[in-house]
Amino acid sequence: MVSSQNENRLLSSEGDSQRTQYPYVTGTSVIGIKYKDGILMAADMGGSYGSTIRYKSVERLKQVGKHSLIGASGEISDFQEILRYLDELILHDNMWDDGNSLGPKEVHNYLTRVMYNRRNKFDPLWNSLILGGVKNGKKYLGSVSMIGVHFEDDHVATGFGNHLARPILREEWREDLTFEEGVKLLEKCMRNLLYRDRSAVNKLQIAKITEEGLTISQPYSLKTFWNFAAFQNPTVGAEGSW
Amino acid sequence: MTKEHANWSPYDNNGGTCVAIAGADYCVIAADTRMSTGYSILTRDYSKICKLADKSYMASSGFQADVKALQKVLSSRHLIYQHQHNKQMSCPAMAQLLSNTLYYKRFFPYYAFNVLGGLDSEGKGCVFTYDAVGSYERVGYSAQGSGATLITPFLDNQLKSPSPLLLPAKDAVTPLSEAEAVDLVKTCFASATERDIYTGDSVEIIILNAKGVRSETEQLRKD
Repeated sequence: MVSSQNENRLLSSEGDSQRTQYPYVTGTSVIGIKYKDGILMAADMGGSYGSTIRYKSVERLKQVGKHSLIGASGEISDFQEILRYLDELILHDNMWDDGNSLGPKEVHNYLTRVMYNRRNKFDPLWNSLILGGVKNGKKYLGSVSMIGVHFEDDHVATGFGNHLARPILREEWREDLTFEEGVKLLEKCMRNLLYRDRSAVNKLQIAKITEEGLTISQPYSLKTFWNFAAFQNPTVGAEGSW
Repeated sequence: MTKEHANWSPYDNNGGTCVAIAGADYCVIAADTRMSTGYSILTRDYSKICKLADKSYMASSGFQADVKALQKVLSSRHLIYQHQHNKQMSCPAMAQLLSNTLYYKRFFPYYAFNVLGGLDSEGKGCVFTYDAVGSYERVGYSAQGSGATLITPFLDNQLKSPSPLLLPAKDAVTPLSEAEAVDLVKTCFASATERDIYTGDSVEIIILNAKGVRSETEQLRKD
């Protein structure tokens, strides 16, 4: 009896294996910085399907428990799975009813273990995550990649953000940034990404987490400038070209 | 019908260089603090050195997630050892444990290039050097990681290591003083930083001796 598995080879893109994947709907860069009172994080609301910008209202910044904030880039469905894992983690932490609650460092460690273990099984969650928060006055900002590479720093970014935003942050980040200065700095980075990352969309959220709590802003757009002289008459000096 | 291939690799090289030098009554273990991926720097301030026991420090470069997992496994095995034996593991014992742990994953290796440094039960400096699957030997000094090829010939020249073929076997433990060895290590990293793009930012140096442990940090070029 001929195996229908082989006949369907042309149709199915990965056979019957649950391993090695391709991302389908993806989010682009997330940027996070420490500032005077806590952590600021920014991400746009785009969900790309290859080269199509399919979804424009994807929330890629989410609260985790009392003290943490997670931002994700990469496969959106895998991020939703991670949120389910985190939900259960926080639930069980609360059910101990012992007054203790998981801080950002602990959540970051948990995420690292999850990502690394999936990588070990050759079935990764296709995300780069940023985890930030404040607990007992201590600020924390960390990053985890899809293969489990993790670290903490004063400013972190995923994907294109590493190439376009980190250099700006290395020049302009300071320990004592106020909230307004921090937002301005993040917007500068996000504008740069908007100009140069083709999967970026001009609709973003900025999240702030401090000892007092977390707020995620309403979506808004950045002002962009296209009035450069070279864009006005682009074929001047070379008529016939485009 | 060709076998389908993964479009992602479970490994990455996060770069960095590790060095250790054994002295008559001290050991120097050092590693840079840069963590990279591809042509990007992820962070300039990341420690590659892990204290496994009072007298065993491991410096590892390679794939950071595997390095961290390896450090966790060894630390927890050491904790169990302490519960069972009521004492710290000696450096040679930890050396064997590291080798066995690495070989355990012979068919999906820890992509970690390790140098183990410490003091043996006589208080003499000891350095063990490894490959990714656990092959190891005790040496007088070693370098591993992206800058190893730049540093090792320099160390061979400066520490005048005896031929391993000599009989009776001559110890490669250096007669240099502790201060001279620390200075030599700083020179090694300054040189490697010039030519290896994955080495730089700063170097963390751990010095172990009979009096205890101390740490030094030296800034390196950040380009």
